[in-house]
Amino acid sequence: MRKLMLGNEAVARGAYEAGVTVAAAYPGTPSTEITENIAKYDEIYSEWSPNEKVSLEVAIGASIAGARAICSMKHVGLNVAADPLFTVSYTGVNGGLVIMVADDPGMHSSQNEQDSRFYARASKVPMLEPADSQECKDYVKMAFELSEKFDCPMFVRLSTRIAHSQSVVELGDKVEYQLKEYKKNFDKYVMMPAMARKRHVEVEKRMAALREFSNTTELNRIEWGNKEIGIITSGIAYQYAREAFGDVSYLKLGMVHPLPEKLIADFAKEVKALYVVEELEPFIENQVKKLGIQVIGKDKLPVIGELGAQLISEKILNKKIEVKSPINDVVPVRPPVMCPGCPHRGMFHVLKKLKLVVSGDIGCYTLGALPPTEAMDTCVCMGASVSGAHGMEKARGKDFAKKTVAILGDSTFIHSGITGLIDIVYNKGNSTVIILDNSITGMTGHQHNPTTGFTIKGEPAKQVDLVKLAQAVGVERVAVVDPFDIKEFEKVVKQEIAAEEPSVIISQRPCALLKNVQFDGPLTINNEKCKKCKLCLAIGCPAIVDKGDKIEINEALCVGCKLCTKLCNINAIEKAGDLNG
Amino acid sequence: MDKLNIMLVGVGGQGSLLASRILGNVALKMNFDVKVSEVHGMSQRGGSVVTYVKFDKKVYSPLIEKGEADLIVAFEQLEALRWIEFLKDGGKMIVNEQKINPMPVIIGKAKYPENIIDKIKSHYNNTISIDALKIAKECGNIKAVNIVLLGLMAKSTDIRKETWIEAITETVPAKFLDVNVKAFEAGYHS
Repeated sequence: MRKLMLGNEAVARGAYEAGVTVAAAYPGTPSTEITENIAKYDEIYSEWSPNEKVSLEVAIGASIAGARAICSMKHVGLNVAADPLFTVSYTGVNGGLVIMVADDPGMHSSQNEQDSRFYARASKVPMLEPADSQECKDYVKMAFELSEKFDCPMFVRLSTRIAHSQSVVELGDKVEYQLKEYKKNFDKYVMMPAMARKRHVEVEKRMAALREFSNTTELNRIEWGNKEIGIITSGIAYQYAREAFGDVSYLKLGMVHPLPEKLIADFAKEVKALYVVEELEPFIENQVKKLGIQVIGKDKLPVIGELGAQLISEKILNKKIEVKSPINDVVPVRPPVMCPGCPHRGMFHVLKKLKLVVSGDIGCYTLGALPPTEAMDTCVCMGASVSGAHGMEKARGKDFAKKTVAILGDSTFIHSGITGLIDIVYNKGNSTVIILDNSITGMTGHQHNPTTGFTIKGEPAKQVDLVKLAQAVGVERVAVVDPFDIKEFEKVVKQEIAAEEPSVIISQRPCALLKNVQFDGPLTINNEKCKKCKLCLAIGCPAIVDKGDKIEINEALCVGCKLCTKLCNINAIEKAGDLNG
Repeated sequence: MDKLNIMLVGVGGQGSLLASRILGNVALKMNFDVKVSEVHGMSQRGGSVVTYVKFDKKVYSPLIEKGEADLIVAFEQLEALRWIEFLKDGGKMIVNEQKINPMPVIIGKAKYPENIIDKIKSHYNNTISIDALKIAKECGNIKAVNIVLLGLMAKSTDIRKETWIEAITETVPAKFLDVNVKAFEAGYHS
């Protein structure tokens, strides 16, 4: 059966067909849909873990216990999971273990553009890289076989355009996978120095065997065409190169670590000019050069951002495509915004009004850094808001802490904010931490987490009680406030930043996109009453528009959250008529 | 028809993902190779979003680049203007008359260009505009803007209408089927 599938969906299908028993992940664009799709298979146990490190450890445990296991993350998630990664490379596996990592060249939804292929080299874990959805499925299945054959975890690396492109997949049957026998194996699974030294020898042996394998596997294939030009490429870059160069010769690498050195040398001998076409860093190129082979790559192509067929044509073939619109208007940019009805908007209104230093974090609320709210000073990584605020206080003193807050989401807090909070309490900080509890993991498209009370499959689960958790680590001042009650919110924030001890404020209101969140329907502005004071515009709601002569509410966007009515001193904002009737 | 490059451009939340899924299924039914490239994550929150749909005997790159689109369906006027250089010579542009102000315009840092549709029509002959929001309202659901536009787009291709209806039936949840088919027909006959 042929089916159109996202790369991520095809990975899930590959895991299913390979007989996977356990799947774990923390959501992160562009990897999220892998595990969302795996969760649809009843045969597979799947979970949202609190963070990527936990998800990899769960998968490692499952593998040691004899099952095939998969864990999935975005590139920056791999930084979080790096600790178990480097050691599971030593222990190897029992059941097959596959680590999916999705890079985001061009940073569509990320804070950096790291190239995860370097992790494969650094941790000595082999890496496959598919170039379309069919390969996503096939390579994942293959990765499980290789994992068991070579006794090592396997990486499969995606990039945004592979993960989030749909292409045709031929579905296969599920293999009936029998759990491998579980045996206590001290030398293999207990990584103390004496055992780890022995395992390191095994790792080197395995990598030598894999280097040989890489030369002969069908994962790395030559497509002969015109031999004037030879292209070494992999993943999405292969697709761009095919489009840009047409009928030339290609060495398409499905295994990017370790590289097939002999195959590369043989290919290079046959072609006149040799290029490496790869996105981000010169990972393949530098290794080819190390073999003493002349090759052109990043001296022509950028290390920044995504490639594309036209870019490759322009940089390598000097074919510039000139298209210019005859319409000269300046087109304003359209940055993402917090949705109409977003609970964060009320909080940002208060933080901005109080002119606080805001140590920020990763989530929908990062959008609060943009105009008109502009109420965020930093955003580095998951959890850094909390520990960063503590560092600010230790650098500049208590008075600075009294005009500083850390803000982060419920899911981000569980991911890695809790450790920062413990640090504040333990090391005598005074910081105020605002946890935005919107009952869901928002930015990645609504995943459950330990604070929502449901599992990935929607089954009821124990819910982390954020109030008790904060109290348990030693925070004595914990308040729960509705961010749409602006007056109360302001009062609580003022009171907590003034306190000479750590505080946690839980800003509690569900995400406006959740199905069970119902508002009364769109509002409208009564122009007979409106004095155009523009106070309502300050909250940066995309539904409220300044038309010059009047302020208007876009009824197709407005959900009726009524936050703006709380800013209007003259009650000029009213309920609109029914849109659908 | 041996190949077709379609771009759906709009504002995150307008439903272009569903429309592209239906398009992909149409391509499958016609035994084309097809790739659909989407944007997930941050841009979905009210940002500018673009979806590329490519039908061909064999599709390599999932992206459509400048001057390569046979058809652009703009869910919003400003987005039509933003992506217009991607239209190939003689390509067709369908513009929904809806306007959604981006934040720089809302806060007075930028101006929403005037008479966008007239300007596009004067330079690109093959342009049609439609008030898909109004039609969607008449069909009983303002969220069906995407399917109204799909209906109008369907009429611009030489793909049989039945193929489109089948693809819609297979893609949208059963409980929304009636309103979506109604919206498709309304777009098709607009």
